[in-house]
Amino acid sequence: MIRGALTLAAVVLMGLALWQGIVSATGLPHFILPGPARVAEAVWTHRALIAENAVVTVSEVMIGLVLGALLGAATAIWLAASPLARPLLRPMLVFSQAIPVFALAPVLTLWFGYGLGSKIAMALLIIYFPVTSSFFDGLMRTPQGWLDMAHVMRATPTQVMWRIRIPAALPSLASGLRLAAVYAPIGAIIGEWVGASRGLGYLMLLANGRAKIDLMFAALIVLAVFTLLLHAGVDRAAAWLLRRHRG
Amino acid sequence: MTQAAPSLSLSGAARIDGAPLFGPLGLDVRAGRWTCLLGPSGVGKTTILRLFAGLAEEVEFTGTIAADDGLPLTGRVALMAQSDLLFPWLDVLGNVALGARLRGERPDLARARRMIDRVGLDRHATKKPHALSGGQRQRAALARTLMEDRPVILLDEPFSALDARTRAEMQDLAVELLDRRTVLLVTHDPAEAARLGHDIRILTETGLDELSPPAGAPPRPVDDRATLEAQGRLLRRLRSPA
Repeated sequence: MIRGALTLAAVVLMGLALWQGIVSATGLPHFILPGPARVAEAVWTHRALIAENAVVTVSEVMIGLVLGALLGAATAIWLAASPLARPLLRPMLVFSQAIPVFALAPVLTLWFGYGLGSKIAMALLIIYFPVTSSFFDGLMRTPQGWLDMAHVMRATPTQVMWRIRIPAALPSLASGLRLAAVYAPIGAIIGEWVGASRGLGYLMLLANGRAKIDLMFAALIVLAVFTLLLHAGVDRAAAWLLRRHRG
Repeated sequence: MTQAAPSLSLSGAARIDGAPLFGPLGLDVRAGRWTCLLGPSGVGKTTILRLFAGLAEEVEFTGTIAADDGLPLTGRVALMAQSDLLFPWLDVLGNVALGARLRGERPDLARARRMIDRVGLDRHATKKPHALSGGQRQRAALARTLMEDRPVILLDEPFSALDARTRAEMQDLAVELLDRRTVLLVTHDPAEAARLGHDIRILTETGLDELSPPAGAPPRPVDDRATLEAQGRLLRRLRSPA
């Protein structure tokens, strides 16, 4: 634990040193690449503004993550349970992935408006496929011995799904969720770039437009820290789930 | 045991993907007895067991599989394999009580605890499988099999992954607890067949043969002269099929 914290501190310090080093060595003007100190100052000066916009982005990401995970997991279970749905739905899923989600952002903004809705939809869409696909793979790879035993015990398909296939596929769901934690913020930010009046992505565009590059970097840093925390949080949750699962 | 144990018979031939697995053969499994089906890997022993279990969907079988009372075998069979097939996320009690839950019924936990006592795991009922030794895990699998209370028990090399001492203990325990049930044990171990079989059949590439078992009721002592001789005969027969 302490060792982990020390390693983290060392990595952060190294990153900051590298950043400052590039700024000093190249002599880039601060409106191209501001140094760490200037950005830290911007974070502090604009803390209220950043916090207000961060709350919006965090809500979009969290709601999109939860909804996308639930929807993805439900789709995976449905696909795994129904041999009828599989040949119909799988091509549709793959086809939907052939459309870059980014390209859908203007459409989603048109449909769901400039508020939270379109960003949640973006985050949801971008994580839906990885969650569905990894969980579905897990559900289809239940060890045959367990299924044979269940068959001999005259298990019902519903019980086999809930008591064997889903618990056995939890590790796959966990890896899907880890990916989702990284993707969801991307979806929300793209959504904000296409059209928004609040959020960290919006703040970045706004700051850029007004040549407040230190504020833009401040928003970026806050976003990166949030994404890292989210990833670590999902990682912890997944590990906890798997520990309980393995006993 | 709530139902009388039937005798089983299988006669016919099996093919997998068009290639013959075993030719026409007839196997009878006597009611309430241990029949050991001995053979090398790949001759279809496990397929025969899976056919009795209603599992061999990949096999084209032509012939008949029946119980002597004329009733279907479905729901009268319990299966125990080399792998214990315990669920890592359930404790021993949960694993033993699994069958009822999988059928959507309420499990009789008091009875599950008695089964756990009978296999000697009473102090381990709340442990998860990873906290158990290989022998303890097979005991839990045996308790789960007993919990199903089926008259026909199909054993697919259930003791082959255990060390020699644990294997002998499990053989004794299984014979004691599966008394009066119809047992078909598939094994590649001549010693196991010689110890446990009321009837011994050898399945090789050339077909199915019957060998007379040693005298005495199973489980025969591991150092019994007749049993050791039978073991030798079985191995000789395995190495040079008649």
